[in-house]
Amino acid sequence: MNHTDKNCKTIQMTSREIRDRMSGNEAVAYAIRQIDPDVMPAFPITPSTEIPQMVSTYIANGEIGTEFIPVESEHSAMSAAIGAEAAGARTITATSSAGLALMWEELLLAASNRLPVVLALVNRTLSGPININCDHSDGMGARDTGWIQIYAENNQEAYDNYIQAFPIAEDPRVHLPVMICQDGFITSHAVENISLLEDDAVKRFVGQYEPEEFLLNPGRPVSVGPYAVSDYSMEAKKGQEDAMERAGSVILETAERFCRMSGRKYGFFEEYRMEDAEYVLLLMGSAAGTAKAAVDQLRQQGIRAGVLKLRVFRPFPAAELAEAIRRCGCRALAILDRCESYNGVGGPLGSEVTQALYRAKVYTETVNYIYGLAGRDFTVEHVFGIVDELRDVADGKVLPPDHKYIGLRS
Amino acid sequence: MRTDIRNITPSTPYTGLTEGLQLYAAGTSRQFMSGEWRTSTPVLDMEKCRQCLLCAPVCPDSCIPVADGKRQAFDYDHCKGCGICAAVCPFGAIAMTED
Ligand code: SF4
Ligand code: SF4
Repeated sequence: MNHTDKNCKTIQMTSREIRDRMSGNEAVAYAIRQIDPDVMPAFPITPSTEIPQMVSTYIANGEIGTEFIPVESEHSAMSAAIGAEAAGARTITATSSAGLALMWEELLLAASNRLPVVLALVNRTLSGPININCDHSDGMGARDTGWIQIYAENNQEAYDNYIQAFPIAEDPRVHLPVMICQDGFITSHAVENISLLEDDAVKRFVGQYEPEEFLLNPGRPVSVGPYAVSDYSMEAKKGQEDAMERAGSVILETAERFCRMSGRKYGFFEEYRMEDAEYVLLLMGSAAGTAKAAVDQLRQQGIRAGVLKLRVFRPFPAAELAEAIRRCGCRALAILDRCESYNGVGGPLGSEVTQALYRAKVYTETVNYIYGLAGRDFTVEHVFGIVDELRDVADGKVLPPDHKYIGLRS
Repeated sequence: MRTDIRNITPSTPYTGLTEGLQLYAAGTSRQFMSGEWRTSTPVLDMEKCRQCLLCAPVCPDSCIPVADGKRQAFDYDHCKGCGICAAVCPFGAIAMTED
């Protein structure tokens, strides 16, 4: 099991382990059944469709009391989610790709109105060309909407992250919506072993939803989302940004509490074989598994390679990332984006990671690779090629290319 | 934190505003003089008005109060000057004037 921590293991775990096998979508639906949220407005879109479908089955079987709102679009799904959450109901939804794009305006409203909606995002490319497979262009496109974003490598992490989303979102220091992201098909549909938690333990961990202020609260009127003149708008945005900064420590506290229940440790990112890594691959999502397998083989050949798998993309752990790169003495860093920014110089991780390094005065060589767009395979051979190139860059044999595509026919 | 929003002014620091600018009161729009936006103003001619009350319910801003079965003076603090009342009045008792 990944992320098993020594400190955490010494503590009595508060949930029995239930071994099973399921897909990422099933794992999220299973967590939803355990949490039994109040409201779920959703509209089906591949590859996230199974989540509302499975939740509907739980509801039809009387296993949960969730009010499912069938809507006619994702724009309405997020609008209904905002209304329900403001009314005082714990509210969730799920979507992918164009569905997230259609929620655009409302994503910003959920965040600025400080509503802790939880959205399961099953990452899929954005059109065009129209394609149903995985990349991160949907989540990355929503990176400045004010949502907390947490990415999973596999079904286990999707399940664990989903359960942690509620205490993070609903914490009075935060009050922000959370997107729990997993890779479309690769994670959402592949069936893998998983370690589940007991229903009661999950319910205790997530707790009752008791918002301080909500619309259906007789005698305590509140107006949500009022018009703000210029005298107040800028201050409101800064207040929201402060909440995102505070979310960092709440995410870590929640991870610690989760570890005590499950024995599985989480942070802003996972450092895999990073202690003395000269060549590091920084990436998010399922491709981290491929990178780890490749790094294991490289280590056998005496090549000091490591993986830094980013879990929390918003808030962006800039200082911590830079410190991890400094600590290991990295000679060259590959920043892997599963998304094209169309800015002519790389992807979003490329921009944000190099900014983080520069501000922390960590001047290691970096190469920004674009990989896996619209479901393109990413293999251990690709990783070997990247590390070869990083070694040549570090040895001064070649100039670092910027913005290089992996697996592109040229 | 429940805050009396009357204590919040344009000199309040950003940390003193409410979360998401929530307002902890009802009917606060009354305090917002949106009538300032008006560029055209309805004027009532009492001579022509028959108190048929067709105008009051159609005002989108509830700016024609009714008391004792009679329409009262316009609420100019909130009237936007849309002219719907003037268009509805069967007796030509409301004239729209340019400000
Ligand atoms: S002009 Fe429009 S807003 Fe003003 S009183 Fe008439 S209907 Fe109402
Ligand atoms: S519609 Fe005209 S006549 Fe009727 S109450 Fe209004 S102003 Fe008077």
